[in-house]
Amino acid sequence: MSALPASSSRARAKETSFRLLLLFCLFAAMALLATLVVDVLRDGLSQVDVQFITSFASFNPEIAGLFSALTGTLWLMAVCAAFVVPVGVATAVYLEEYADNNRWWNRLIEVNIQNLAAVPSIVYGILGLAFLVRGPLDLGRVVLAGALTLGLLVLPVVIIAGREAIRAVPPSIREGSLALGATQWQTIWRQVLPAAIPGIATGVILALSRAIGETAPLILVGAATYVAFNPSGLFSSFTALPLQIFDWLSRPQDEFKLLAAGAILVLLALLMSMNAVAIALRNRYERKW
Amino acid sequence: MEASTTTRAPVATPRVPSLGVARRRYGEDAIKLGLFLAALISVLTTVGIVISLLGETIVFFGEVSIVDFLTGTDWSPLFADPSYGVLPLISGTLLITAIALVVAIPLGLGSAIYLSEYARPRVRHTLKPILELLAGVPTIVFGYFALTFFTPVVLRDLLGVEVQVFNALSAGIVMGFMVLPTIASVSEDSLSAVPQSLREGAFGLGATQRQVSLRVVLPAALSGVVAAIILGISRAIGETMIVLVAAGQQPNLTADPRGAIETMTAFIAATGKGDLATGSVAYKTIFAVGATLFVMTLIMNALSIGFVRRFRQVYE
Repeated sequence: MSALPASSSRARAKETSFRLLLLFCLFAAMALLATLVVDVLRDGLSQVDVQFITSFASFNPEIAGLFSALTGTLWLMAVCAAFVVPVGVATAVYLEEYADNNRWWNRLIEVNIQNLAAVPSIVYGILGLAFLVRGPLDLGRVVLAGALTLGLLVLPVVIIAGREAIRAVPPSIREGSLALGATQWQTIWRQVLPAAIPGIATGVILALSRAIGETAPLILVGAATYVAFNPSGLFSSFTALPLQIFDWLSRPQDEFKLLAAGAILVLLALLMSMNAVAIALRNRYERKW
Repeated sequence: MEASTTTRAPVATPRVPSLGVARRRYGEDAIKLGLFLAALISVLTTVGIVISLLGETIVFFGEVSIVDFLTGTDWSPLFADPSYGVLPLISGTLLITAIALVVAIPLGLGSAIYLSEYARPRVRHTLKPILELLAGVPTIVFGYFALTFFTPVVLRDLLGVEVQVFNALSAGIVMGFMVLPTIASVSEDSLSAVPQSLREGAFGLGATQRQVSLRVVLPAALSGVVAAIILGISRAIGETMIVLVAAGQQPNLTADPRGAIETMTAFIAATGKGDLATGSVAYKTIFAVGATLFVMTLIMNALSIGFVRRFRQVYE
């Protein structure tokens, strides 16, 4: 870069070493990620088989499996999505299409969402414990309480992604629709939302993949970690993959640590496939206006 | 856009056809109200958090003196002879956060500068998503990694550090890697936003790439970089699982990272997992500690927003 005569070979050495230092920083992060994946694969791969996936929890590590944790996680995801998609998209539509930013209550909603995104996940667990599990709703440690807690936790993610997707729809489409006599809601429902769906879907999947790996709030609102049955409904007790991993990790025997590695592999596989779907959606439907 | 929801007063003799809305559409109003109510849920969430924390915390401080809570050095709320000094938990949280930052700030900033100033666009487009992959790993997985690999293999065998099975050092370093992508990604955004003309001006004056990066781009993006670091701090303070799994659950007022400690988050999770009686003091400690944690992250968030407002350089 520096071609000035004054810059000696020492200056050039400084440039090179700085560049190498920066590369090292990046490399360190990548190396840790690689080590983590290799470590989990090495410990967990031998655990994952049909028996492991289809068996219930057990005090005998030989026959223990994660069937109830897997179905619990799927239940949580379904209920969480059923809550977070309508509420998140409605909030995004309100803030982008209706809200008048000069009104204090609309600004309050915006600042509030920013703040919520920074609240530690364990605090949502406390909220779930105080309001959903006990207190006013008194649901107990059931699927609905867990799913709603996770839903509140990832709601800001869905709202922010939804707003970006809606904002990306050019105003000309709205104006065209309004000029043809459509009402504001007809414009939103038939023009803006269909055009924004890929972006919204990507955001929802990313939010759910964040919810799937959350452990801390579920420790407070989740069921006892020893659950040897599948959830039968919204008001059934449950366990979930991260809870099961935590339970196995807390046991002193090494056999259970290996089971935890197997469960981590299943969790990571689930996460990767969700992310792959999100990326595919984005690439397939990404539109430039 | 507001025009469609406001009605015009009826004109007495409509000689000229009105261009306003023909009639009030109540369906449209109802939809707007419904959407507003959905948006209110997020506000209610905050209100719920504050009420649930505050309510029990006030009751707690009716039984335990707030001075003892904030200045006591012994935390043993579940013992027969309980003591409620929160300092060991705060010191545990700060120790872990400090270790995490020592790892995350240099590595995160270095990665950000490389991606923004040195890497070619194609390299950046492949490397940045990989870095973000690191941010998507569930924290329980980092906890597993710290407990079963980083402590025994890296710290003990490779580096020869004498650490306990559960220790703050391993949890802190691994947490640093969890926070790293946040710091790298947010700082990279603000480094890339520095206008090209500043770089070109510096290059024109004979500055080297390193000088441009460190003395021109980094200072120009400082507000964003500091906001990224504060965001990283607040993530580290709020992180639960790595600490719960790998740092032990012993409240120790110590600066020695080789032993076990307990953070505020880990205490809440460890205590909340059992079925506590609703009225018990132990149950209330969760809320008192949670309120302390919540206030700390709120302060961090306010600092971050304030910093960006105060020091942001606006370029044409």
